[in-house]
Amino acid sequence: MAYYEEDDLQRFSEIAKHRPDLFEKFMAWYQACQEDGALSRHEKALIGLAVAHALQCPYCIDAFSQTCLEAGSNMEQMTEAIHMASALRGGAALIHGLQAHNSANKVSM
Amino acid sequence: MSTVLPVIQAELAANSFIDFDEKLAAYGVELRAAAVDTLQVNAVGYGIEGSGLILDLVYNPVGAFLPPPQASIEADFKRELATRYGISFNHLYTITNMPIRRFLDYLRRSGNEERYMRKLVEAFNPGTVQGLMCRTMVSVDWTGRLYDCDFNQMLELEVAAELPQTIADFDPETFARRRIMTGPHCFGCTAGSGSSCGGAVAVSA
Repeated sequence: MAYYEEDDLQRFSEIAKHRPDLFEKFMAWYQACQEDGALSRHEKALIGLAVAHALQCPYCIDAFSQTCLEAGSNMEQMTEAIHMASALRGGAALIHGLQAHNSANKVSM
Repeated sequence: MSTVLPVIQAELAANSFIDFDEKLAAYGVELRAAAVDTLQVNAVGYGIEGSGLILDLVYNPVGAFLPPPQASIEADFKRELATRYGISFNHLYTITNMPIRRFLDYLRRSGNEERYMRKLVEAFNPGTVQGLMCRTMVSVDWTGRLYDCDFNQMLELEVAAELPQTIADFDPETFARRRIMTGPHCFGCTAGSGSSCGGAVAVSA
């Protein structure tokens, strides 16, 4: 058995099985977040795609790639969003280099 | 207004405005000609505000996904085609890809058939039903045989057996109350914002 099954994305609602009330609350919140507001659905779809990559969640990447296309995004915009997420992850790793410097400096003469 | 004015429908089969260059390369001469044609019809006044000459574009996704909301993609296309190519137009109509013929072949070849059909079914919108073209129109083939829509005609799915089968026997009152022949492809017209030759048809989400 693979750890990630493509069909599991369509089975997401099965997670409601033991606590349907909690899943219902989650879905209401999840869907409300994606509606047009101060940000458009289009912009939110790109944010979702970026976060999906930062989380490295294959289900979310699959779902939000589709959502982006159906919101009118193109590959150039989607790729920029992915780079934004990746750059932030890279920067977050890199700034921890100062922790390493601090640690090394603390014990160095 | 558009019923009394000349209307040109130019099909611009691009899946997005910024991919337009890529699509030009991919579709080659045919699409290049469409872009040049569009500029030429602009030059004689079509799509130019105040000219009274209408140029409408039709958009369908190149792939196994639903079209974006019509209003937002129309705004995107107007902005990008104007700034990149100097093209202007009046309206953009979104059309959903029907899971029949060549597109169905593509879905099967690419392993997308089940996923696309599930997407259409899950996106069924009762608000589209009132505006479906088959409720007010019929299609007629070159032999005079009647079909409930173009897609049924492509599938050779004729009007219900109890109805007159040819245009020679056509009766508007009977056809206004007829039973419409349906198939799995009908979910293409009822998904999301709906689909017709005039674009989205949904009256409510």
